[in-house]
Amino acid sequence: MEDFTQLSGQQLDALKEIGNIGAGNAATALAQMIHTRIDMTVPRVSILPFAQAADLFGGADAHVVGIFLNVRGPAPSSILFVLEAKKAELLIDMLLMYPPGQTNINNLNELEMSALMELGNILSATYLNAMSMFTQLSFIPSVPALAVDMAGAILNAILAQFGEVADHVLLLETVFTKDKEEVVGHFFLLPEPGSLATILKALGVRY
Amino acid sequence: MAKIIPVGMAEIKMASAPDKLMTAGLGSCVGVCIYEKYQKIGIMAHIMLPSSLDAKNKENKAKFADTAIELVIAQMIKKGAHQSRLQAKIAGGAQMFKFSGKSDIMKIGERNTNAVEQNLQKYHIPIIARDTGGNYGRTIIFDLETGNLIVRTIGHGEKII
Repeated sequence: MEDFTQLSGQQLDALKEIGNIGAGNAATALAQMIHTRIDMTVPRVSILPFAQAADLFGGADAHVVGIFLNVRGPAPSSILFVLEAKKAELLIDMLLMYPPGQTNINNLNELEMSALMELGNILSATYLNAMSMFTQLSFIPSVPALAVDMAGAILNAILAQFGEVADHVLLLETVFTKDKEEVVGHFFLLPEPGSLATILKALGVRY
Repeated sequence: MAKIIPVGMAEIKMASAPDKLMTAGLGSCVGVCIYEKYQKIGIMAHIMLPSSLDAKNKENKAKFADTAIELVIAQMIKKGAHQSRLQAKIAGGAQMFKFSGKSDIMKIGERNTNAVEQNLQKYHIPIIARDTGGNYGRTIIFDLETGNLIVRTIGHGEKII
């Protein structure tokens, strides 16, 4: 088993369920931090060649925000969370309780950047916790790194790390909802070679 | 009518005037453009990794600096260009993410740029213009009529090199 293309429907369902549990916990954690409720769900889980990921945002020169983390442990992986620039502005408004339209992604201040990175921390930690619960494996995320730039540029910087191996990645579409305002984010899990097999084996799903 | 021909990640494409070659969203990757001004033919490679020697799967030669540069020069010569007339312009090799602890992996942009320089030097191809490094992405358009390379960024302006 080398990549995600060979996953069965059942295995995908298991990963989606973990994603939803993670999202639920993330929403709770976020509510405690900002004292207001932002709902989070994972409506769709899919597998795609990472090289095509830029198409999700409208092409390689689309303006996006990327939050990147390394994950150590028995199943080393990476996490990339991507938001379209305009959506990221809206999400920062939600997080910092600004009036809609206040954030300017090209001119983020310290607080706004740290809000985005904290969001990356919370999402990764809660997702990895859910994963740990089901697999009994430990996942240790690094501090997040942030980039605001062209989708292609962000993706190929990461692909250069994985270029040889994990050409396919797992995508959890994550929807944030607050006061009928909706923001869709893209949460990518990029396992290193062998990691996916370790995770699935620990999950008890046959592959 | 001049066409704009897109070059994807880990791809090589050749064209001639009046067409243009374009690659969008270079991050740590390096775009290598080689031009032969008398015949107005040029080639663009979108290189992802410094060396094929460390790779298990080397099937795609366009992916690595060493094999890609060997290939682009061979293709230019096959098309009738003289090796002594070839000139290169390069762009990209940025470091997109900043980590507190700097690992070699995160310096991939710099390693790509160095590998491209070394391999071009090996074939005595001069680099006549460059826009490399930094922490931002680039979209490049290589005009085969003039040999100009247009470099576009988000928030770091546009330039012609």
